[in-house]
Amino acid sequence: MPDTSVDTQSTTPTQVEAVTVRFAGDSGDGMQLAGGQFTSTTALVGNDFSTFPDYPAEIRAPRGTTFGVSGFQVHFAARPIHTPGDAVDVLVAMNPAALKTNVGDVRPGGMVIADEDEFTKVNLKKAGYGPEDSPLDEPAIKDRCRVVRVPLSRMVREKLSETGQGAKEIDRCRNMFALGMVCWLYDRPLEPTIEWLESYFGRKKNLPAVAEMNVMALKAGWAFGETTEAIPERYVVPAADLPPGRYRKISGNEAMVLGLAFAGELASKQVTYCGYPITPASDVLHGLANLKRWGVQTFQAEDEIAAACAAIGVSYAGGIGVTGTSGPGLALKGEALGLAVMLELPIIVIDVQRAGPATGMPTKTEQADLLQAFYGRSGEAPCIVLAPSSPADCFDMAIEAVRLSTRAMCPAIILSDAGLANGAEPWRIPDLKSIDAIEINHPVAQSDDSEVFHPYERDVETQARRWAIPGTPGLEHRVGGLEKEDVTGNVSYDGPNHQHMIHMRSAKIERLADVIPPIEVGGDTAADTLVIGWGGTQGAITSAVGRLRADGVQLASAHLRYLNPMPCNLGEVLARYPRIIVPEINSGQLQLLLRAQYLVNAQGINVIQGRGFHVDELVQGIQAIIEGANG
Amino acid sequence: MSSSDTALPTYKPKDFASDQDVRWCPGCGDYAVLAAVRKALPNIGKRKEDIVFVSGIGCAARFPYYMETYGMHSIHGRAPAFATGIKLANPELDVWLVSGDGDQFSIGGNHTIHAMRRNVGLRILMLNNRIYGLTKGQYSPTSERGKITKSTPMGSLDQPVNPLALALAAECTFVARCIDIDAKTLTATMERAAEHEGCAFIEVYQDCNIFNHQAWFYASQKNTRPSNTVDLMHGEPLIFGEERNMGIAIIDGKASVVTIGEDGVTEDDILVHDETDRSTAFLLANMFHPELPEALGVLYCNPDRPAYEQASHEQVVEAMATNRETDIATLVAGHDTWMVED
Repeated sequence: MPDTSVDTQSTTPTQVEAVTVRFAGDSGDGMQLAGGQFTSTTALVGNDFSTFPDYPAEIRAPRGTTFGVSGFQVHFAARPIHTPGDAVDVLVAMNPAALKTNVGDVRPGGMVIADEDEFTKVNLKKAGYGPEDSPLDEPAIKDRCRVVRVPLSRMVREKLSETGQGAKEIDRCRNMFALGMVCWLYDRPLEPTIEWLESYFGRKKNLPAVAEMNVMALKAGWAFGETTEAIPERYVVPAADLPPGRYRKISGNEAMVLGLAFAGELASKQVTYCGYPITPASDVLHGLANLKRWGVQTFQAEDEIAAACAAIGVSYAGGIGVTGTSGPGLALKGEALGLAVMLELPIIVIDVQRAGPATGMPTKTEQADLLQAFYGRSGEAPCIVLAPSSPADCFDMAIEAVRLSTRAMCPAIILSDAGLANGAEPWRIPDLKSIDAIEINHPVAQSDDSEVFHPYERDVETQARRWAIPGTPGLEHRVGGLEKEDVTGNVSYDGPNHQHMIHMRSAKIERLADVIPPIEVGGDTAADTLVIGWGGTQGAITSAVGRLRADGVQLASAHLRYLNPMPCNLGEVLARYPRIIVPEINSGQLQLLLRAQYLVNAQGINVIQGRGFHVDELVQGIQAIIEGANG
Repeated sequence: MSSSDTALPTYKPKDFASDQDVRWCPGCGDYAVLAAVRKALPNIGKRKEDIVFVSGIGCAARFPYYMETYGMHSIHGRAPAFATGIKLANPELDVWLVSGDGDQFSIGGNHTIHAMRRNVGLRILMLNNRIYGLTKGQYSPTSERGKITKSTPMGSLDQPVNPLALALAAECTFVARCIDIDAKTLTATMERAAEHEGCAFIEVYQDCNIFNHQAWFYASQKNTRPSNTVDLMHGEPLIFGEERNMGIAIIDGKASVVTIGEDGVTEDDILVHDETDRSTAFLLANMFHPELPEALGVLYCNPDRPAYEQASHEQVVEAMATNRETDIATLVAGHDTWMVED
């Protein structure tokens, strides 16, 4: 919206490169649904996009309060983009509380579309304004943004009164009116949403009247934009130039679900997901519970500990045991993970990180579980640690986790985060046939009873022990948490054996460095400065580095998706750069690891505010470090 | 899963003995239980490769190491959760869980409740010695109130848990009690538990001769057992006593001791055991010495509720049968896709 000249004819759309829209309202106002539908429509039009659903932990906080505000932000563009956007171009505020909590993110010159009917004395009070306040007229807002007042509630009620439905049902369609308006604003077709409403409410829920009301509200929103001159301008964002292929929209949790199910197919094994409801990981449990058709089994355990233990039981019996959680749950699973390390069994642990410690900010993102994944167990109990770099990458990393965990006979922790989990992006659907099968060889029945089976005999190449499963005649053996004698697996209190086993448990993981990809350096590879991040921050870092390079700053960049083991060439790469910058949504955990393992002077950029990096703050942070060093 | 076409081998108890030396204290009640288990297993119609022993932490939890079957010695209290996972992955396995009172009802209380209410097909042997043995003698959740131990020098304050009543309240479908040195009842009860498809719970009165010696002597000895316990047989009256002339009758809704031949009491007045009746099972679970004889044998058995792991697998099988046509590529692609052309 900001980049081009203003067209005075309101109906001829102005072409813009990239736009960020945020829908904000009460948590019962259906903002996630409106935002999600707008994103789907945007995808079909061919834009690149990235989304950021921002919702409160309270399911239905008292209506109209600031802590009940739910937001959905979508950034869409005619060029490749990597983040949900820093500043908001258009804010749709469904009530005073939504305005109050979101207007600060609107860029100067941006647009605020507000439902003026909701700015009543009662609602102003609930949002913490005075009864005589008129926030939409305040210079602080009015002088900075273009405020569009829409009698949204009234129009929805008038339009839908003919349906004879109750006021409550009618008011539930306000989100569709807002969506219709925004679709008009950006010249997006209504058909995909109409089709979805008819399919979801009409056929799936068998509520054709509800479908009809929503369609009416949606069309009324569009008509409002078209026939009144309340909204001064219209914009169009042309299709982005994405690599050819078939695409779909995908969030990190959706990709994780599909990746796990497909990993089961690749390994020819049943996946059993053992979980306990926790935000923001519950959607992985929900998603897999719907995939029984593909042989997936789910188990909602009584607590996080039981979920981890059951997953280990599954693996012991020869299945793919998976458990998923967020940070506090990972802490509870710690003892069980230590046992899995000792038993040398594969198990996949998904940690959708959120802002901690303790309950923290359960719906907000953070990257602060890296050291917990590395070290959060008693004794020395190393696990494989992986971190997807984008929502779609969760698909690949779920498969990698199963591949590596079964290869090394060791737990694998996948560090996703709330931003990845709920954020969505376009995904070029991979050719599944091109993905290698996961080869697992269980030792077979031993008919000669006199031959003793040695459960801790190791593969020469991988150092992993053999995965003998119950039901196999002749391989009866016992595993347990007491230290094992190597080869025989007998209980052993021998000191040198203990040291040897500690070494083996970590050596198995180190050997995986041979089968994971080396780290790639992008940008100006010969620069003095390397910006290196991990996990879900890749989009923001790529954007910031791209912007600085476009301004002539020489920067190399790299991103870690494999944390333990780290790529085999990482030490050599780090050694090439006198200046290493590590942006993280924590106080410097990767920075600490890189300093410790590679003796490099890594410097951090650390913003820990429950959200992903803004590109602006990264640009400034990188500049400050470079200038600080030069000045 | 492995069950091959070949006939089931004829096992002897020693076939279930692993090559590991048993390391319990000499005289420990666990030896008797181990012997009874090895004696019962040849009679349950299972191949030894299909049997898994799972345990948590404690003296009893060493059990798997001594069995020539598959086994897992896991972490404190969590054995029911591991065992649930094993059954979910392979419902055909015969999974036994051996625990102690602390492992099962203190740190593992939550998992116990949930495995029972789900009716996971486990055979749980809870060796109750009313003390923490492995940590050298603190009071346990089944210790009697006022127990003087290292951690309770002035006596414990906690009301002990009632394992059988808790199991019944948790909807466990097979609930029994035995004594370690009564090999005959113990073996027979285990064989019945092995036939049960759902969750089977057996409390075993087990003597810790180091830290809580003689805790069960009021019930386990030749001269105490006849008057202080009553053997339960389905369809038989609850008669006990040295002279087999004592019985349990329900008077004013309460279990009461009566003497046959006194005050006009005949055998017809004695409560006849019906192991399918859950409310009577509660009543039996609440009979405690010295007021009443303690019930031994199968208090409750409901064979009709399906086992959890079977039901879980049936859902998968049903889903696979009804939505056969969609392949995984269709799933991955989802419903809404769009093409970006070259």
